Amino acid sequence: MSAELTATVERPPRRVERARQAPRQYPQGLIRTTILFLLAAYFALPMYWLAVSSTKSTSSLFGSGGLWFSHPQFWQNLASLFRYDDRSYLQWALNSILYAGVGAIGATLLAVMAGYGLAKHDFPGRNLVFSLILAGVLVPVTALALPLYLLASKIGIVDTYWSVLVPGLVSPFGVYLARVYVEQALPDDLLDAARIDGAGEWVIFVRIVLPVVKPAVVTIFLFQFVSIWNNFFLPLIMLSSQHLFPITLGLQSWSTRATREPVLYSLVVAGSLVSVVPLVLAVILLQRFWQSGLTAGSVK
Amino acid sequence: MRRRGRTGWVGAAFVAPFAVLFAATYLVPVGYAIQFSLFRTRSSGLGLAPPTTHFAWFANYVDALQDPGYRDSLGRVVLILLGFIPALIALPVLMALLLDATRGRLRSFFRTVYFLPYGVPGVIGSLVWAYLYTPGISPVVAALGHAGVHVNFLDSSTVLWSIVNVVTWEFAGYNMLIIYAALLAIPADVIEAARVDGASERQIAMRVKLPLVRPAIVLVGVFTAIGGFQIFAEPLVLRTIAPAITANYTPNLSAYTEAFANNNTNLAAAEAVLLAVLAFVLSFGLMRATRQGAFAR
Repeated sequence: MSAELTATVERPPRRVERARQAPRQYPQGLIRTTILFLLAAYFALPMYWLAVSSTKSTSSLFGSGGLWFSHPQFWQNLASLFRYDDRSYLQWALNSILYAGVGAIGATLLAVMAGYGLAKHDFPGRNLVFSLILAGVLVPVTALALPLYLLASKIGIVDTYWSVLVPGLVSPFGVYLARVYVEQALPDDLLDAARIDGAGEWVIFVRIVLPVVKPAVVTIFLFQFVSIWNNFFLPLIMLSSQHLFPITLGLQSWSTRATREPVLYSLVVAGSLVSVVPLVLAVILLQRFWQSGLTAGSVK
Repeated sequence: MRRRGRTGWVGAAFVAPFAVLFAATYLVPVGYAIQFSLFRTRSSGLGLAPPTTHFAWFANYVDALQDPGYRDSLGRVVLILLGFIPALIALPVLMALLLDATRGRLRSFFRTVYFLPYGVPGVIGSLVWAYLYTPGISPVVAALGHAGVHVNFLDSSTVLWSIVNVVTWEFAGYNMLIIYAALLAIPADVIEAARVDGASERQIAMRVKLPLVRPAIVLVGVFTAIGGFQIFAEPLVLRTIAPAITANYTPNLSAYTEAFANNNTNLAAAEAVLLAVLAFVLSFGLMRATRQGAFAR
C-alpha cells in the first residue's frame, strides 16, 4: 500500500457515508450507542451551559444552578452586550469579519493559484518552492507570531489592521491541498484543449481551473476563515488599540476586567455565544465538503 | 502537462503572489527572529544613555535552556503530549470506529456534535471551561460535590490536566473527522470479504480498518504534536482564576512574558526559534519514522 498525504478525489469504489449498507445487528449495539451518547454529552455540555448562561444576569450566573434557566433575560443581555463600552462589541465583530473574511478570500485565491502553478506548470525552482511550503506547514503558527511582531515593529505597522490582515493571507496548507487536488481532479487534456482554442492563461484559470477545484476552494476558505477567527496570539501581541481588536481579543480583555466590573461576567458569556454562531455555521458548512476536503492523508 | 520554455514563466507567475507573501510572513520573520536571537540589548546603568546592542552568539539560547522555569515549561509540553496520546489520538480513533459502525440519522448527529467545538475559538472555549471549573458557578463542581467528590480543577496538581481537557474538547472531534474520512475511503468489498470470512465487527475494526487508516492516524499525530507545542490561549485565560499557572507555564507563554512583561525581546526571539525548531523536528521525525506523509519520497 503506498501511503501518501493526499487529498482523495472522486474514486468510485470507496464507501460513501449514506450509501453504505447496514451491518447486521450485533450485541455490542447498546454499549456502543451508550458510549456515543456519553461522548455527545461531554462535547455538548459547555455549549449547552453557554446557551443557558447567556440568558442570565451576573447575579444569577453565580447564584443559580448552571444547568437550567433562571430569570431569563437574553434580549436584555444582548442589548447591553452591543451597547457596552461605546459599542465595542459591534466594532470587534466587524473587525473579526474583516480579518477572517478578507483574509480567507485572499488566502484561498493565492493558495489555489499557487497550487495550480505548482501542479500543472514547470519552472525553475519549483521543487525548492514546494519544499519550503511543506516546511511552512510544519511550523507552528504561534511560533511565527513573535517573529512577525518583531518584523512588524521594525517596519512600523504594529497596531494597524495590516499587522493582522496580511499574515492571514498566507496558508501553506491551503497551497498543499490545492496542489494535490488540482493534480488529481484537473485533466491536462482540458487545459490543452483550452490553449488550442486560444484562451489566455488567466482565462483558463478563472473559467476552467476554479470551477473544477471548487470543493478544494470551499474547504480552504472555510479552514482559513475558522483559523483566522480563532487566532488569538497574533492579534494579542500586534494590537493595543481596542478599536482594532477582533472578538476573541475583545472578550478576553473584558474577562480580565470582570472582577472590577461584574456586569462583564454576563456580557462575556453572551458575547461568547454570539461570537460562536457564525463559526458554528461555518463548521456545519465545512461538514458538507469534508469528504472531499478533509480526506487529506487518507489511504491511497 | 509540464512544459518548459514558453509556459515556463506562466507557472512562476501563478505562484509568485503567494511566494512573495510567504517570504514576507514566514521566511523573513523567521530569519529576522534568528538574527534577533543572536544579539543582546544592554541598558545603561542609570537609564540615561540609550541601550546598546551587541552580538552575543548563542547566549540567549543558553540562557533559555538554563532557566529552570523554561525547562519546566518544556517538561510540561512532554506531559501534555503524553496526555494527548489517549485524549487526542486513541479517543478520536475510538470515536471514528464507533461512528463508522453506527447507522442512520444518529450518525450525522453524533458527527456534528463531536465536531462543533472545533469552531469555537480557543479563547472562548477556555473562558467557558474556566466558568465550568470555578466552584460556585460550575454545575460540574456542584454535581461532583453532591456525589461526595471534592475536586479542585485549578490547583497545581490538576490544572495541567484541566488544560489538556480544554484542548481535548476543542480538537478531539476534528481529529476524529480526519480518521473517519479515511475509514469511509476503505472499499466496501474489503470489509465485506472479512465479514464473509467470519470476522466479528470488533475483529474487522482492529485487524482490517485500523491498519488501513494508519496514514490518517499518523497525520493526526503530527498535527497534534505541533499543537502541543503551541498551547497558549488556554493557560493565558485560565491564569486569571488559577494562580498555579505561572507566567512561563508553557513555552509560548514564556516567550510572550519575556517579550512583553520582562522586555527581553532577544531572549523571547530565541525561545520562539527554539519552539519552531523543536516542533518542526518532532513532526518531521514522526513523518519520517513512519515513512509516511508528504515527506515519504
